[in-house]
Amino acid sequence: MFKYLKQLTSLVAMVAVLFTFTTETMAAKKSKTLKNTQKKGFVRCGVSQGLPGFSNADAAGNWTGVDVDVCRAVAAAVLGDANKVKFTPLSAKERFTALTSGEIDILSRNTTWTLSRDADIGLTFVGVNFYDGQGFMVRKSSGITSVDQFKNGISACTNIGTTTELNMRDFFNSRGISYEPVAFEKADEVVAAYDAGRCDTYTTDKSGLAAQRTKMKNPDEHIVLPETISKEPLGPVVRQGDSVWEDIVRWSLNTMIEAEEYGITSANADSMKTSDNPQIKRLVGAEGEMGAAFGLDNEWNLRIIKQVGNYGESYKRNIADTGILPDRGPNELWTKGGILYVPPSR
Amino acid sequence: MNFKLKDIGPQLMTVVAVVLIFGFFTYNAQVNMENRGIDFGYGFLSQESSFDVQFSLIEYDGSHSYFRAYLVGLLNTILVSVIGIFLATILGVIVGIARLSPNYLINKFAAFYVEFFRNIPLLLQIFFWYFAALRALPLPQDAEPIFGISYLTIKGLFVPAFIWENFNIFLYSIIATIISIIVIRSHAKKVQENRGKQIPVLLISIGLIIILPLLSFLIGGVKLSFEVPVLKKLATTSYIYDGGVSLPPELIALALSLSLYTATFIAECVRAGIQGVGKGQKEAAASIGLTQNQVLKLVVMPQALRIIIPPTTNQYLNLTKNSSLAAAIAYPDLVLVFAGTALMQTGKAIEIVSITMFTYLSLSISISVFMNWYNNKIAIQEK
Repeated sequence: MFKYLKQLTSLVAMVAVLFTFTTETMAAKKSKTLKNTQKKGFVRCGVSQGLPGFSNADAAGNWTGVDVDVCRAVAAAVLGDANKVKFTPLSAKERFTALTSGEIDILSRNTTWTLSRDADIGLTFVGVNFYDGQGFMVRKSSGITSVDQFKNGISACTNIGTTTELNMRDFFNSRGISYEPVAFEKADEVVAAYDAGRCDTYTTDKSGLAAQRTKMKNPDEHIVLPETISKEPLGPVVRQGDSVWEDIVRWSLNTMIEAEEYGITSANADSMKTSDNPQIKRLVGAEGEMGAAFGLDNEWNLRIIKQVGNYGESYKRNIADTGILPDRGPNELWTKGGILYVPPSR
Repeated sequence: MNFKLKDIGPQLMTVVAVVLIFGFFTYNAQVNMENRGIDFGYGFLSQESSFDVQFSLIEYDGSHSYFRAYLVGLLNTILVSVIGIFLATILGVIVGIARLSPNYLINKFAAFYVEFFRNIPLLLQIFFWYFAALRALPLPQDAEPIFGISYLTIKGLFVPAFIWENFNIFLYSIIATIISIIVIRSHAKKVQENRGKQIPVLLISIGLIIILPLLSFLIGGVKLSFEVPVLKKLATTSYIYDGGVSLPPELIALALSLSLYTATFIAECVRAGIQGVGKGQKEAAASIGLTQNQVLKLVVMPQALRIIIPPTTNQYLNLTKNSSLAAAIAYPDLVLVFAGTALMQTGKAIEIVSITMFTYLSLSISISVFMNWYNNKIAIQEK
């Protein structure tokens, strides 16, 4: 009898081992991107060529910004270290090709979520990390304070390959204003040309205008007009066809936003493990099996919060404290009058 | 049998390898595109482009198709290439001859120009002309008029527009002028060959060029008026010139840098060509009493051209392909408009890049075919 019992337990143990083994590798097996990332030891992330507050490299080559933090969060989740990211600066024109061809695995480059991009070109948007809208910058000395003062013959500098070009046409056309579009490939060239007086106005997402303004020879000489002419929800993008990887990136971003909602910061994350609130406990990996479905361990979200911080910390560090956009506007939590609202981690 | 296999074996293997490699790439692209849900097809060309272009030779706005946007880009590429080739050739020939000048100052100046401009990367030169030189230009409201009617400003060169009446009659008069000059030239050549008598072709030609178009104005009812650009206020410190024709500074900077850069190479081709003609040829020509000009025109140049043309063809091709650097300074050429904006808006990377490559290939081949024809025409005709 004991003999059989022994055999039975070993059989159960074996099945259990086999079962956990298969569940663990199932996710990894399903996600080629995750497997490759873990094998390489770094997350391959496409960012802008320099947009302060979003993705910008300092003289030593350290990248900072809210877009950069999304990639760091994913690195913290899947590799355990937020610094294991390889950043690839991309122009607006190159970005989607770099992603679909597999040169990068996450595109976190102030990219507007639109139907045609999501549906047509083999991409999937995983969420929104910044709600933006297109605006115009003009020289203060021009005396222009509203887009209503734009006249026929105005020249507008912008980037190619962005939604900006299309919105600009819609805007000027609907108002019956003839304009001269001057479109450059790199943002730095747009700024240089506008700054030199080549164009009367510079148009792009308002966050971009605020960020680029800090780069100008004399930032105080320029103002951003109050009007917003489009909706620009900016967010990280992944390749279509790897739903596990898509989920990892989506929930890494969601974790940052939800952590702010529940007051979990990089400083207090460890102590939150003993919180009474089960939702907080789930967000720091102290309750539930929140990582298993992705093929990750249970503290993936705790690492994100500890190493990168919550969304509010990231915003403050990169955008508010640098003087780009001190006011969070729509990018405030839904509980505080903004529109940041993410599904619950449970 | 063995002998035959040895002969065709390597070729056969090469063909099979090429087919396999291309097959693999096509298959790979197909599988990957299918996995990511990307459609392949050229149907997008007829869709509405919905973006505007700064500068176009044909009527275009965002309500036209992507194909029309492609034509806009192509024509802009051709325009800047033609201007560049024209200027580079003139400058190159002058500098090439100047390098052989016995005058020390001219000679050294030409040498300095060649060494300076050909040793700086073209992209840097384009940036220099666009960003450094352009910044130095005045704003429209501060610009001094050139001849009272044109303005060179940071927003471009504004020149008067010609407004014609009965333009077709003027055009006929020009065509008539060209035809009569050709007829007179061939007649003069015949007369000289038969009787040794020279007819002053140049004087007659100049006379014709003046008289015939003038007649079209006097009798033909052709009228020409100018529309001079006028300063227009957009805002307190923002101005633009209205009316007339405006050349964008991007076009000027690109044409200038392309021609200054390529002219150095053409100058070297010209110098090589002239130096390639034997010294004895010049001495012999001088000894039969030809003047310096006649020596150059009748003896040296016809022989030098044979050496000059083939390498100059390469330079023309280079210039055309280099014009794709336009994207850096917002000149709306094929790469910026089609392989840039259109590619981004449609996401059809493979289709658009293949069309663009094929277009550049066709452009280059057309230039080569023409230059080869010209080269054959001036090559030594064995009699």
